Amino acid sequence: METFFIIAGIVLFTTMWAEIYRVMAGPTAIDRIVAVNVIGTKTTVLLVFIGTIFGRVDMFVDFALAYGLLNFVGSLAASRYFHRCLPYTTPIDAPEKRKKTSGGNRTEIS
Amino acid sequence: MTIAINILSILLIVTGLFLFLGASVGLVRLPDFYTRMHAAGMGDTLSALLVVLGFAVYQLHGFHDIRHDWPVLLVILKLLAICVFIMVTSPASTHALMDAGYEEGCEPLTKEGGNALKEDLARTRGEDTHDSEEDSLS
Repeated sequence: METFFIIAGIVLFTTMWAEIYRVMAGPTAIDRIVAVNVIGTKTTVLLVFIGTIFGRVDMFVDFALAYGLLNFVGSLAASRYFHRCLPYTTPIDAPEKRKKTSGGNRTEIS
Repeated sequence: MTIAINILSILLIVTGLFLFLGASVGLVRLPDFYTRMHAAGMGDTLSALLVVLGFAVYQLHGFHDIRHDWPVLLVILKLLAICVFIMVTSPASTHALMDAGYEEGCEPLTKEGGNALKEDLARTRGEDTHDSEEDSLS
């Protein structure tokens, strides 16, 4: 059974290289963030693998939980950073603060 | 009983690894930002769920009596908590990243080759630009 866990962990680690390719060659920045998010989820699972192989699941489960939490917060913060929605407070004074840039679709605070 | 637990856990873990492989292949091979996001979000959630559930089943080996084996029960509950956590957070982060990509202006791959996203954004933001022009005039 331990041999099966080792082989499955190696397979899981090998599939991470596909996301490494997407991180390096992604056309947009969001592609790279999605790939990093997938790598984080796989690392959460891989920590449970490592704990089972070493016989210390009670310790490594906490690591996996904390890593999943950090991964979620990190990807959410990165997506909020790339989200170009305007943080205006009242709709009355908002339109004079925004101006159209040369890109066309995107609006930014002047 | 031991063989049944082993077979069930191996079945769950192998299914999860297969879906992980499918998510990786989809993330590399699909042509568009939105389809890649779909492959990553769907495959990630279900496969991580299946693998962690397989480990929770495997932990039943050390569980015989609740008075002596309560740490094993605690580990099983933590693994189920990881399952619930991944089930909640992975679609949420996928949705947030998809929204960011939509606002960023990633173009979807259409059959005609036209830019459907630009028209959609112009339609949703038409009122905003109209308001700003009106305000700057007055």
